[in-house]
Amino acid sequence: MHSDSSGLSALVNDCYQCGKCTAGCPLAAQMDIVPSQLVRLAQAGQVERATRAESIWLCVSCQTCTTRCPQSVDVAGVIDALREQSAQDGTVAKTQRRTAIFQQVFLDNIRRHGRLNELELVGAFKTQAFLKDLSIPLLMKDALLAPQMMKRDKLHFAGKPARDRQVVDRIFAKCAEAKV
Amino acid sequence: MSRIGVFVCWCGENIARTVDVVQVAEASLQFPGVKHAAHYKYMCSEPGQSLIRDKILADRLDGIVVASCSPHMHLKTFRGAAQAAGLNPYLVEIANIREHCSWVHQDKAKATAKAIDLVRMAVAKVRRNNALQAIKVPVTKRALIIGAGVAGIQAALDIADAGYEVVLVEREPSVGGKMAGLSETFPTMDCSQCILTPRMVDVGQHPRIKLYTCAEVESVDGYVGNFKATIRQKARFVDIKKCTGCGECWNACPQKKIASEFDYGMGNRRAIYIPFPQAVPARPAIDKQACLKLKKGVCGICAKKCAAGAINYADQDQLLEEPIGAIIVATGYQLYQISAQQPTAELSGYGEYGYGQYKDVIDALQFERLVSASGPTGGVIQRPSDGKEPKHVVFISCVGSRDNAKGISYCSKICCMYTAKHTMLYKHKVHDGQAHVFYMDIRSGGKNYDEFVRRAIEQDHARYYRGRVSKITEENGKLIVRGADTLAGTPVTIEADLVVLASAMRPATGSDDLARKLRIGYDQNGFLSESHPKLRPVETNSAGILICGACHAPKDIPESVAQASAAAGKVLVMFSHKEMQRDPEIAKINESTCSACFACVRTCPYQAAEKADVRDRAGNLVKRTARINQGLCMGCGTCVAVCPSKSADLEGFSDQQIYAMVESLL
Repeated sequence: MHSDSSGLSALVNDCYQCGKCTAGCPLAAQMDIVPSQLVRLAQAGQVERATRAESIWLCVSCQTCTTRCPQSVDVAGVIDALREQSAQDGTVAKTQRRTAIFQQVFLDNIRRHGRLNELELVGAFKTQAFLKDLSIPLLMKDALLAPQMMKRDKLHFAGKPARDRQVVDRIFAKCAEAKV
Repeated sequence: MSRIGVFVCWCGENIARTVDVVQVAEASLQFPGVKHAAHYKYMCSEPGQSLIRDKILADRLDGIVVASCSPHMHLKTFRGAAQAAGLNPYLVEIANIREHCSWVHQDKAKATAKAIDLVRMAVAKVRRNNALQAIKVPVTKRALIIGAGVAGIQAALDIADAGYEVVLVEREPSVGGKMAGLSETFPTMDCSQCILTPRMVDVGQHPRIKLYTCAEVESVDGYVGNFKATIRQKARFVDIKKCTGCGECWNACPQKKIASEFDYGMGNRRAIYIPFPQAVPARPAIDKQACLKLKKGVCGICAKKCAAGAINYADQDQLLEEPIGAIIVATGYQLYQISAQQPTAELSGYGEYGYGQYKDVIDALQFERLVSASGPTGGVIQRPSDGKEPKHVVFISCVGSRDNAKGISYCSKICCMYTAKHTMLYKHKVHDGQAHVFYMDIRSGGKNYDEFVRRAIEQDHARYYRGRVSKITEENGKLIVRGADTLAGTPVTIEADLVVLASAMRPATGSDDLARKLRIGYDQNGFLSESHPKLRPVETNSAGILICGACHAPKDIPESVAQASAAAGKVLVMFSHKEMQRDPEIAKINESTCSACFACVRTCPYQAAEKADVRDRAGNLVKRTARINQGLCMGCGTCVAVCPSKSADLEGFSDQQIYAMVESLL
């Protein structure tokens, strides 16, 4: 039955498709494939269809689905795994490429500095997104907000150093280890 | 003994798949004393049994070993076969090569070797078996029935109509149980009261039914056929023999705002009250937690109003003893409490549904009272918060049920049906209203059941959504229900005026305590355990104690009634004999070696070991000794283990037999 030996099928095995995850999801109304259907696709071994969904990039990881699941399925975790798979396979939905780039850039940033360096994040995101779709408007978008945000101490030229780099390194190491 | 027959069963493929039965049969021919060995596909079937009978007669066998399933399953069967061929049934031994061997092993060679060892031990044992005689005990032909809901009522009437006395004990002030409070019943929509109340009257008036209400079983001693039940008659403060049920007292009681248990808090009652007008007995009781006279010594109006002088504020609990032959437990169910607060640590509640927080979120039994003609609104559907007629009602199934995260994994079985019924009852009363149902699966197996659910959808236009609800919130007097339609793959939000939660069925409060008093089993959910799920569905593992109704598992009225009649039938089988036969495999004391230390008397869990005097013919005391009461002993062997002088032994499981089994392996 469970020929799919990936960790994903073990994660979703207990789901009985009650839909409580979809019912509680604040983004479900905007989704092309709702959380319970993503889990169903994973159960049915159709992970690729799930990785092409827009909805995996709409998920804000609020964890309501995981919290309320009567079968204790970590739905938010499943969606996280689907995002990772999607990025790896290059199956990110057309409309969601910038979201995927942002997520990757964000993680790389944290990995490098131990905490967020805002200016670098913005720079890296815009560059990478530009290389993908050559959109000039994106390069310029929100640029005028920068001085305002700096004034309010929301954006820093040079990021402050993380207090304990090792902790962040350990988290990344552990995630790499536990990859499904 | 030296003419043993060994009969190896294949159990279809259950044994033969993993154990080479032919090899087992051949090997057992080599064991000392074995005269004959055979194997057959189904030893328990008629050809199998006749094989055993024929061989006993042909080879004059003086003991047999059947290598088959657990003795729980078929020891009785094979003992019967032996007896039919004239062999003492206690010269039959089972070697359990199914549960203890084929079912738990994969390696055929090793499993076969183990099966041969198991047969070898059984042969060693059976050679030392004694031809025991069944013990005969008298039967008290009176039944105790605990719980007077529809199941208890049915069982009581069946037994009483057959001519035997019944003691019926009910915890509440009236018989009737949960069913008395229901509106109409699926799938025929008979009015619940119309079909139940005549039976309640029958119970109240039956010359052979002794009814105790406001009473509980305190303790049960004794054994099958000869129980002694102690019943706690709780103080009712009303003498039901003097009382005429005129109603002067409760109409005058100034305590008017006590939440009615019968209405599940949807209506009020007085401090002196009858739970509902059709109660049996139609006599009031005083709630001592609410009565001003009993709490503070003031008031006393009801006593002044009572022309019959039936009010007795000094009433006390009384303990009454009843001799009983058989017991039927019919203690029924309660609903799972939905709110965050839960009675046990294993359960957790639904904070997300706002039950207890929003007045218009109610459970299914509360809705029953709301649509019942005898309910607090007279059957007019008004929502609790403001009394308005709800135009959109959301029904949610599987609240608690099938929810592992909340601690209940089972299906409550009846909710799909009564939810469909609720949508119809609602639609019949509020024609412009819309019923919405959130469900996970529709389970409507039963005669005319699925047709009933389809009728709710097709004719009464209930809207069914396949999905659970995640959260309920309240905004401007509306309940916002956030659910999902998994078939359409969309979230669904409904603005409802009333939400009805089909809460899981759980065993009634205190049924686990009662089970411990009766020494019967219950499962991890608290439901009482049957002896065998298929073949002994109303028996428990304690002889003479039976179960029926929802105390056993979630079930509907037809099933509860059928099971009640089944339990009554079992009792009548018992009562049809002058005396009962008991298994003679019980403890025995060698009185000549007993040193009268009475370690057995102190440790016996059944109080079967007693102190006794040994006297000579002139009546002089020779010595003291322990002695086993044959009626009480259950053959557990605790006395054998504790006896320092090795004077206690177990018939059928003597030390000599056990040592022989061990030695046969060495």
